[in-house]
Amino acid sequence: MAETTPVLTSKDFTSNQDVRWCPGCGDYSILANVQRVMPDLGLPRENFVFVSGIGCSSRFPYYMNTYGMHTIHGRAPAFATGIKAARPELSVWVVTGDGDGLSIGGNHLLHTIRRNVDLQILLFNNRVYGLTKGQYSPTSRIGMKTKSTPDGAIDHPIDPIAFALGAGATFVARTIDVHAPHLQEVLRRAHEHKGTAFIEILQNCPVYNDDEWIEVEDRKSRIEAALDLEDGQPLVWGAEDQRRGIRIENGIPSIVHLGVGEDPVNKGIAIHHERHESPAYAFALASLQRPDFPLPIGVFRAVEKSTYESLLEQQVESAIARRGRGDLAALLNSGDTWTVSD
Amino acid sequence: MQRPTVGKPTEQIERVAIRFCGDSGDGIQLTGTKFTESTALAGNDLSTLPDFPAEIRAPAGTLAGVSGFQIHFSATDVRTPADHPDVLVAFNPAALRANIEDVRPGGTVIINGDAFNKKALQRAGYEPDDDPLELLRDRFQVVEIPVTSLNREAIKDLSIGAREGDRSKNFFALGLMYWLYNRPIEPTLRWLEARFRGEVLEANIRVLKAGYAFGETTELFPRSYVIPRAKIQPGTYRNITGNTALAWGIVAASVQMERPVFLGAYPITPASDVLHEVARFRHFGVKTFQAEDEIAAISASIGASFAGHLAITTTSGPGMVLKQEALGLAVMTELPLVVVDIQRSGPSTGMPTKIEQGDLLLAMFGRNSESPVPVLAASTPGDCFYTILEAFRLAVRYMTPVVVLSDSYLANSAEPWLIPNLDSLVRAPVRYRTDPKDFQPYVRNGETLARPWAIPGTPGLEHRIGGLSKQENTGNVSYDPINNARMIALREEKVARIAAELPPVEVTGDDRGDLLVVGWGGTHGAIASAVASARADGLSVSAIHLRHLNPFPPNLGEVLSAFDQVLVPELNAGQLAMLLRSRFLVDAHSLSKIQGQPFKVQEIRTRIDELLQAQEA
Repeated sequence: MAETTPVLTSKDFTSNQDVRWCPGCGDYSILANVQRVMPDLGLPRENFVFVSGIGCSSRFPYYMNTYGMHTIHGRAPAFATGIKAARPELSVWVVTGDGDGLSIGGNHLLHTIRRNVDLQILLFNNRVYGLTKGQYSPTSRIGMKTKSTPDGAIDHPIDPIAFALGAGATFVARTIDVHAPHLQEVLRRAHEHKGTAFIEILQNCPVYNDDEWIEVEDRKSRIEAALDLEDGQPLVWGAEDQRRGIRIENGIPSIVHLGVGEDPVNKGIAIHHERHESPAYAFALASLQRPDFPLPIGVFRAVEKSTYESLLEQQVESAIARRGRGDLAALLNSGDTWTVSD
Repeated sequence: MQRPTVGKPTEQIERVAIRFCGDSGDGIQLTGTKFTESTALAGNDLSTLPDFPAEIRAPAGTLAGVSGFQIHFSATDVRTPADHPDVLVAFNPAALRANIEDVRPGGTVIINGDAFNKKALQRAGYEPDDDPLELLRDRFQVVEIPVTSLNREAIKDLSIGAREGDRSKNFFALGLMYWLYNRPIEPTLRWLEARFRGEVLEANIRVLKAGYAFGETTELFPRSYVIPRAKIQPGTYRNITGNTALAWGIVAASVQMERPVFLGAYPITPASDVLHEVARFRHFGVKTFQAEDEIAAISASIGASFAGHLAITTTSGPGMVLKQEALGLAVMTELPLVVVDIQRSGPSTGMPTKIEQGDLLLAMFGRNSESPVPVLAASTPGDCFYTILEAFRLAVRYMTPVVVLSDSYLANSAEPWLIPNLDSLVRAPVRYRTDPKDFQPYVRNGETLARPWAIPGTPGLEHRIGGLSKQENTGNVSYDPINNARMIALREEKVARIAAELPPVEVTGDDRGDLLVVGWGGTHGAIASAVASARADGLSVSAIHLRHLNPFPPNLGEVLSAFDQVLVPELNAGQLAMLLRSRFLVDAHSLSKIQGQPFKVQEIRTRIDELLQAQEA
């Protein structure tokens, strides 16, 4: 009698469309890893919806054999909010980029995160506009020379993690396009999280901004350049004989050198804790930038807060419980009426 | 409900138009609304015109802060708020100054004498030594009543402060007008009792009754007036404004189509009241979403539509502009959506609380490339209800966004509305595509050319939609030039096919003749009145009023060609006239008014006479 749910594989999540990103683009790896994670999430394929805006990353939904919507520039979070508010049982994923999400779509990203709509937002950060052929983006480094900034960019960049924290994000993580196990783990965590899960994925654009993240991608250099965040573990990185840690005092991080075998706790090094009620600690982590500090990789923050769509559902349910199902005839005849007879 | 007044004679009259005016803090809109409710219950036909400033509280006593509310009621058919009020009730000099030139010569002007002091006169822009009333006595019947003092007298033994006490003076005037026109006082008493408690309630009741009693006893009014019930279609009526009708239409669509509604909106005058009203109906399963901006409002609605809800977004002109890119996506993805533009005076921010019909071409052509949408326009406040129902039905049947045009006149004006029997409303339960056999997202229905509505959560129908050009049937991204042209043509044809199911446009008057007056939207009452008066004078004039602006009704070209001349009155620079000219090669004359005010009947009548005289000559 009981029907067994067919076991899905990553192939089931692969659409029949040819993928058309440039050779070597980090998006290939992200796509493959998302397709690999999907079967593990315990939902039927028809319950997934991928929503994107405009940009290289936003072609993503066409390659997923799920429901999908390729929308307009910057607005994907708003479309996704409508989908999730209408149908909370769906698993809704937003795919955006640094230009789409933080420039034209900054407003929607801010408000979607603030409302804590239960979405997974994947922001592919390659620090450049790819689809329009190489202009600087809101995350590009100051001084970056591009076609639109021949003398160097003079905008101060925004950090996606700090942006999300500022908007009150309940789940914030950073991962890397080519680090499959970590990327997959973060995707799973994001899916489990109730509320907006914001993931910055450091992504390489081999054409317009090659090797932007090479320091943290490369197995060797990342030892010095990356700080791997693990809940309950001290903020420590570096080679065995050159270990350093992060101390945070009054919200200001500083670097502490550790001798071989020295206990980080005794040296006042912070223990990573994802569930601080206040975002201040996560902000301090977000301020760690190259080249002065290692770049933190992992989950910055994971806290519980009521989600937009669940509160909306509750309002509907409690209104029905309180007033009964709406009766149209009663509504039309409510208040003062009068009858005209023949 | 008509109460014959004891002691004083009554005179029966057929119709009267009253304008209440004062500071925007004087409670003018409330006074007008309450008078309207009582008038509706007295069985008269009526039409109202609220006219208020955009500023929430402009400096007191200045011309900028004057708020007005006009009501025209009658024992016979009423179509407009009337060109000229017969009675002006002015609470202060600024209100008098701003409104006096509209009053019918010989009409009655009732003023609050206590408010006509030197300072107030100056604030209204009069010279300190002016006596504006003196100059008016030759032209009008001026009745000066010390409303503020009489109001204070009525509540002097209550402990509420002078400032709060003075706020009820509008109810004194209301009570007086109830007596003067033999309106029932009970509905307002009931409303007060439901709203206030304690001394505030007591004060308001006392003042309302004091105003009524003042009418009975004062020598200023030798008689009161009786306006017999209007002979209108039998049935149960209520009073309704366009925005309320629109909101209820949204709820009704959900009931009649058996699917939940999602309304995404961003606050904007004069559309916000629709959001407020719909937000009260969570128990109908309605979801409202106050978005971060106009773009998010329509985007979330499109998302909800993809997910299977009846989706709608409501706005006004400046918001309509912002929504256009997303509306283009809804055209491209062929999802059902209703977009309501409650037009207001522009361009840009313009005069946000004033009236215009300036967004027709924006609705038609406001998007990049070829992006056709059906466009409907409501013509009376009550018609907003039916227009929304039709818009949802068309949106789902043809899988297309539909634009509904209302305007700030319809939005805020009230009229008696025959409450529809639910059986008389079209039932159109939504059926999604569920069968995975041979499913393709862009295979079209042979009759309507609609693609299937296949919603997430349905096994086997997983598909992707988006703004990129799509291959016919499969919906895969396609850069094939011929395919792109074909998909554009199909979407155009899909919208055009709606015409086949539209009723032929009805001509008021003869089917052929010298002049046809063509209107759309909230100008219906003024045009109908002007044409009726011309016909009563024996002129060969007929009228049509278009609800369907895209596509046009199937017989429109034929109707137009049966008249020697065509006149198109519009509260814009001639937008429908332009469409008619290009579509039917008809030499349509435009009568244009862009002053933030509705047409006066006389303005249309004058143009009718001019055209007919020119034709004769």
